[in-house]
Amino acid sequence: MDDVDTITESFLTQISAAGDTATLEDLRVAALGRKGGMTGLMKTLGQTAPEDRKALGQRYNQAKDKVAAALDSRRSELDQLEMLARLGGETVDVTLPVRPGPAGKIHPISQVMEEITAIFADMGFAVAEGPDIEDDFHNFTALNIPPEHPARQMHDTFYLDQEANEEKLVMRTHTSPVQIRHMQSTEPPHRIIAPGRTYRSDSDQTHTPMFHQIEGLAIDRDIHMGHLKGCLVDFARTIFGIEDLPFRFRPSHFPFTEPSAEMDIGCSRVNGELHIGGGDDWLEILGCGMVHPKVLKHAGVDPNTWQGFAFGLGIDRIAMLKYGIADLRSFFDGDVRWLRHYGFDPLDVPSLAAGLVR
Amino acid sequence: MKFTVGWLRDHLDTDASLDAITDSLTSLGLEVEGVTDPTVAMAAFTTAKVIEAKPHPEADRLQVCTVETNNGMIQVVCGAPNARTGLVGVFAPPGSYIPGTGIKLRKSKIRGVESNGMLLSERELGLSDEHDGIIELGDDVAVGEPFSKISGRDDPVIDIAITPNRQDCLGVHGIARDLAAGGLGTFKEHGIQAIPGKFPSPVSIVLRFKKNADGPTACPYFVGRTVRGVKNGPSPAWLQERLQAIGLRPISALVDISNFMAFAYGRPLHVFDVDKLDGGLHVRLSKTGEKVLALDGKEYELDDQVTVISDDGGPVSMGGVVGGESTGCTSETKTVFIESALFDPLRTATTGRRYQIESDARYRFERGLDPEFTVPGLEEATRMVLELCGGEASELVTAGEIPAWEKTVTLRPGRVAALGGIELTGKQSAEILERLGFSVDQSAEPFDVTVPPWRSDIEGEADLVEEVIRVHGFDKIPSVPLRGKSAIAQPVLTPRQLRARAARRALASQGLLEAVTWSFTSQKLAEQFGGGSQALRLANPISSELDAMRPSALPNLLAAAGRNLDRGAENFGLFEVGPAYSGTSADDQFTEASGVRIGSAVPRQWSVKTRPADAFDAKADALAALAAGGAPVAKLKVEATAPAWYHPGRSGSIQLGPQNSLGFFGELHPGVLAALGIKTPAVAFQVFLDSIPQPKSKKGKVKTAKTGYSAPDLPAVERDFAFLMDADVRASDAINAAQRADLSIIHVTLFDVFTGVGVPDGQKSIAISARLQPTEQTFTDAEIEAIGAKIVAAVTEATGGTLRT
Repeated sequence: MDDVDTITESFLTQISAAGDTATLEDLRVAALGRKGGMTGLMKTLGQTAPEDRKALGQRYNQAKDKVAAALDSRRSELDQLEMLARLGGETVDVTLPVRPGPAGKIHPISQVMEEITAIFADMGFAVAEGPDIEDDFHNFTALNIPPEHPARQMHDTFYLDQEANEEKLVMRTHTSPVQIRHMQSTEPPHRIIAPGRTYRSDSDQTHTPMFHQIEGLAIDRDIHMGHLKGCLVDFARTIFGIEDLPFRFRPSHFPFTEPSAEMDIGCSRVNGELHIGGGDDWLEILGCGMVHPKVLKHAGVDPNTWQGFAFGLGIDRIAMLKYGIADLRSFFDGDVRWLRHYGFDPLDVPSLAAGLVR
Repeated sequence: MKFTVGWLRDHLDTDASLDAITDSLTSLGLEVEGVTDPTVAMAAFTTAKVIEAKPHPEADRLQVCTVETNNGMIQVVCGAPNARTGLVGVFAPPGSYIPGTGIKLRKSKIRGVESNGMLLSERELGLSDEHDGIIELGDDVAVGEPFSKISGRDDPVIDIAITPNRQDCLGVHGIARDLAAGGLGTFKEHGIQAIPGKFPSPVSIVLRFKKNADGPTACPYFVGRTVRGVKNGPSPAWLQERLQAIGLRPISALVDISNFMAFAYGRPLHVFDVDKLDGGLHVRLSKTGEKVLALDGKEYELDDQVTVISDDGGPVSMGGVVGGESTGCTSETKTVFIESALFDPLRTATTGRRYQIESDARYRFERGLDPEFTVPGLEEATRMVLELCGGEASELVTAGEIPAWEKTVTLRPGRVAALGGIELTGKQSAEILERLGFSVDQSAEPFDVTVPPWRSDIEGEADLVEEVIRVHGFDKIPSVPLRGKSAIAQPVLTPRQLRARAARRALASQGLLEAVTWSFTSQKLAEQFGGGSQALRLANPISSELDAMRPSALPNLLAAAGRNLDRGAENFGLFEVGPAYSGTSADDQFTEASGVRIGSAVPRQWSVKTRPADAFDAKADALAALAAGGAPVAKLKVEATAPAWYHPGRSGSIQLGPQNSLGFFGELHPGVLAALGIKTPAVAFQVFLDSIPQPKSKKGKVKTAKTGYSAPDLPAVERDFAFLMDADVRASDAINAAQRADLSIIHVTLFDVFTGVGVPDGQKSIAISARLQPTEQTFTDAEIEAIGAKIVAAVTEATGGTLRT
């Protein structure tokens, strides 16, 4: 053992014994500083014989590197220990609640409207709109509802307050006038849905003076009842997320369609609770039919060339059935407790890719 | 429309089960709304014999009966005066539901004596109003038999909904025809025979209408006949039971017969007591002020539009709607005149509605009757009167004539497949139509199809297609998927629709709850929120709270907020994206996003400081809706002007150029809140989504690329500046001036506004931070100094302020 080894060994011992970073820093200076022990060794090289210088230089360098490595290693050990000591004193009560974030909700009607739109958009239906304040022609006459029809009476329809000589204006009683407006303003073929507010002079447990409907219209050269069934069955099964949802189409009557039908879906009622799907009961969800030739004519469409189906369904009703909401009137009350309970997260945007059932 | 299966079998030869019948009805479009099987409803009630009845020890009016039932001897406490030893009655055990009282029976102690069931009266069984005593069955009736069987009440009742086009099914006969066409059995033609008259009718009939002056003839055809020597007692049990089964109260044979005809054949008739008539009958329009005391017990004062049947003394019946009390039949009636007439459906409906009279006659006449059944209906009623009440019939008296009803509609057989979606041969289609009573000439295409008189609803080919596929079965039409034009669904929403959707989700993301409120509001609130024009008032509102179209959803949201406050809610925000109306034309309807916040914007919580919602929360909501709606946010300016319903000093308007206001925000005016009964401050906003300029679409060109960008290599530098300026200088002036001072400034943040110690009165201190971005090389101190000087100069010039040092 010569000087080199002795000095190196001494430093290594002290380094491994250093208890804190300050001591270690002192050692670094003592070993590798300008006046440090290891640096001092290098300085002695000049006094050695030139032939030995190279070998000796290599030894000195290796020794110096060894000490430097030991310093680094001890340094990171001490850093680690110090961090552990510091962190040991740093605590929070992680069970404290988080800061409140925004907690807004989307109304079930809006959500269901978007769900329905997603389905029909996939079948190529565009979304059309029309005014809530309608004229007599679009709301009734064009839809083959004669003046004496009960729907035209004050009893069911809201009229606007007008001079006797003005054309009668009504709050639209259904979204069907949008069919007429769309057919009047664009060329066939047509494939639209028209969601919106509708109004009837009715207010009790199960009726509100305002409610929401979606009208559907598919007009082409060869659309028939089979397409109507296919389209609406696909719709019902998708919106309720039940692949084998039972359905039936019953003959019915509407002035604006011929033939006309109502669509029922299968359900069961157990202890007053409604379950959509299998079971031994039926639930009406919509009215539909082949557009009446007179309606096509009123809208300026040649019934000898064009034909197709129309349907109308209650959005509120679908929302009630799908999401188990009992009281129609509660939809329009703006009760924040109700909205928080039945509302939807704004990031929950309906899409067919994600599925419409949560 | 209710009927029993037994009744149906009078008109339909079938051995189909109840389920098969109801399935077939619904599949034909005669929707079954309910089926009541009395054997099920009355299953608990059995015959029982009182073995011993002895007085109750504690009550004079009660008896303690030992009753022999199908479950052995049972003790029952009974209050009926006729309860006695040996009586055979109807027993209801504990646990059974008593239809007449709506109560579920329980074991009980009555004045200390145990009672284990009940002996029932007719009223308790729901059969009639009779409640003087318990039901007494004959002594020979066996004990323990189901009451429904003993009493013949075992005929299931079917209730179906009839759509307005199917007046032919307002009688059992027509329903049977449909079912037979649907393959459920064989239709029994009615085979009604004419009854020869024995004498000329002493009662005459005249139609007094001005030709065509009153539109369609109010009563085009009227047939009647006198029957003399009748005895009007109770009708026989079979008839009473039939009427009772469908919820009608038996009254007397003559009344029951006319009710029976309405439900058996859909043919309303009226029977007058001839001895109460003053001269012959004539039919005319009423004169204003005439009065009729109707069979419903009410007196109606008529206008001049009602079809009345009148004798020389005045109106005795409102034709097709309701008969008159003064000439009604009683047990004393000896001579009757039976009326079978056709009344104009529209006038019948109008009269019924105007006088609010719902009757089985009106229900049928307003849907239009089979004109050819006028006489057969009368003949059948005559036959029943003679059979049940005796007497002899006169010859018919007739006025007017049957209006022309004959029509032929053509059917191209191929239309069944083309429209109905199911392949049927022309022969198959023709057979279905013939089963329904149509006659079809198949010798050439298109077929000529003659419509029967009871199907006035059939007008065109589409109606015939419906008949064919309805009877064949909608369920047999194969479902065909409706495919879009392309395998991949194409975008379909318009920019307007996208905008409303985005605004809705943005506002919910702001923490607001979406409400949907009425499109109506009260006239008073409409006026208070900038609306209230006469044209937007409803002529027939459901209440004065909802009598005007809303100029904004805001009043309704505030009303909802008020309700929530009353319910104890404290901190919340509501919004709505929906229509508002500035006029009655389509263009006057606009899409508004509006909202209101009440209470704290930041709720009480350990880590944050609570604070009340203020104008800047409302401003943030408004800007969030605008940004989501695609408004050019950087170009928007805020002016301190807002409509009168806002706080004049704490509200603003968001402008895109001086003319286009995209919305308002701010605190609400305390006066407006007080009018709504809201005692806490509230902030609100309104955004007019339709006023946001539409994005320019370049036809046919889709541009998805954003403007180019490469992130700078050099770090940005922040410098802070504080200015003193007059308190009323707008902060935006300072920010905008600083922003425009030099091209290297990428962002200016206003991080402090201060008044108080160190700031002279009437002034404020505003501190901004500018972020500077070098491009070529890092800024030298001199360059930063120069930019700072530009900022100071610009802000000073724009605001009149001075740099704080």
